[in-house]
Amino acid sequence: MRSLSVRIAVIAVLLSLAPSAVFASLGGSLSSVESDRAHMKSALVRIARVDSYTVHETLSPTGTTVREYVGADGIVFGVSWAGQFPPDLRQLLGNYFDQYRNGGQTTARARKARGRMAINQAGFVVRTAAHTRSFFGIAYAPNLLPAGVSPSVVR
Amino acid sequence: MPRFLVFGALLLVAQATSTPQCDNNNSTSNTTPLVVNGGPSNNGFNEPFVSVTVCVPGTSNCQTIDGILVDTGSVGLRVLSSALRVPLPQQTGAGGAPVVECLPFVDGFTWGPVQTADLQIAGERASSIPIQVIGVDRFPTIPNGCSSQGSSEETQDDLAANGILGLGSFIQDCGSACTFSGSANPGLYYACPTPSNCQVTSQSLASQVVNPVARFSSDNNGIVIQLPEVAPTGQPGAVGSLIFGIGTQANNDLKSARVLTLDASGNVTTIFNGTAYRNSFIDSGSNGTFFLDSGATGLPECRRSTGFYCPPTRQSFSATIVGANNISVPVSFGAANVDAVNDTFTAFPDAAGSNPGGFDWGLPLLFGRTFFSAIEGRSTPGGNGPYWAF
Repeated sequence: MRSLSVRIAVIAVLLSLAPSAVFASLGGSLSSVESDRAHMKSALVRIARVDSYTVHETLSPTGTTVREYVGADGIVFGVSWAGQFPPDLRQLLGNYFDQYRNGGQTTARARKARGRMAINQAGFVVRTAAHTRSFFGIAYAPNLLPAGVSPSVVR
Repeated sequence: MPRFLVFGALLLVAQATSTPQCDNNNSTSNTTPLVVNGGPSNNGFNEPFVSVTVCVPGTSNCQTIDGILVDTGSVGLRVLSSALRVPLPQQTGAGGAPVVECLPFVDGFTWGPVQTADLQIAGERASSIPIQVIGVDRFPTIPNGCSSQGSSEETQDDLAANGILGLGSFIQDCGSACTFSGSANPGLYYACPTPSNCQVTSQSLASQVVNPVARFSSDNNGIVIQLPEVAPTGQPGAVGSLIFGIGTQANNDLKSARVLTLDASGNVTTIFNGTAYRNSFIDSGSNGTFFLDSGATGLPECRRSTGFYCPPTRQSFSATIVGANNISVPVSFGAANVDAVNDTFTAFPDAAGSNPGGFDWGLPLLFGRTFFSAIEGRSTPGGNGPYWAF
């Protein structure tokens, strides 16, 4: 088992919806993304700073938790979701959404795993699993991972 | 009070309290063949199918549809519009607008109108239940809020089936969240005053697409899935039974099965190598044992069979599945090379692949077992649902 030594330097817990709350799309930047959080009408739950990145956690009105992993350069390199209903994935995955959608389409005759979904591309990785009233997923862009950060932090 | 009236009242009480299991003496045929084969698109793999009959409500205008996937991971009957020939009435909401559903699945969504049908399967019947008819032919413009879930599953090849019979442990496919208005509504139901203008609408519990078993007049507290053992090298297919009811007839007795209750999201916990994975579930609509990833398991991904592991030799594992009630069942399972399985085989017990959450126990867990799934709030000899037992 890999050991992951991540030192949590600062954890700021914001219980109210802060005006500076940030909600970005995968691959997007911090500077232009407040409208995205507003789009999902989500409340910022906490921001955790972990060495070379921060985790922005929000809770949607339908009870789905979304986490976004933002590097020191302000770019979102990973996202995750968990809840009874899926988030707006077009919003959350941003420019990667079309790759996600195409990944869900099957080659008609291929033997394909059903009940979960995985996309393994050089620039885009997705893992999802779901059943009625229970959805989880992670997505990240390997080429946007900060130096020294393992993709396994996205969870 | 006259004695016969008291006696009558006692009879009524007895009948009311035993409603879910009232069929011991009046044995409705409650079993139908469950077939693992290639299905209607001939590309099924570890997928169990049944036939269902749908009728225009209250009429004998009926159609039997085969190749319906039995899916304990979803709730409600969904039929491809291309497979449906009987004219089912459209459900309407406020102002008479047709109601259309967008149901998210793991790899996309199904879009199409909510219609009303009588459903018959084995000797059971659910009258005037809401079902989804999948397809864009009548409501061609999928709203953004729906298409944001990924790809539209709308053809026989997309589904590898003519429809999906969702027999999960919930009664409705959405539940109370869809009765809300505003941003707390997850947006599964739409009202469409014109075919290309659909807005999210609140939908009462009674109008939501429903688990048909919950609407049977008897054998309505859950289901049993019985599948035979499958050879380690795989088989062309397998035939078992889908049985309705738990403890209602001689053929659905819990016997010594252990009852694992579910949490509010319909999940249990899997303990594997000393780690507890919440968000684990048993799903007949998943065609493998999906757990962890290549990095954690050391199992390489397949080249051809997308999403499965392909180790050069079979690897065996063990785990313990634990209910919300802390009752547990130990299980052993395998992962073997899916690419190497005979192309004509549709049943293979060692199909496994990766999963970001807990464990997704698909059809391989059900091979060689008698598996019970009890519906939420329904009384059974093993306690009230929701639970899984095996």
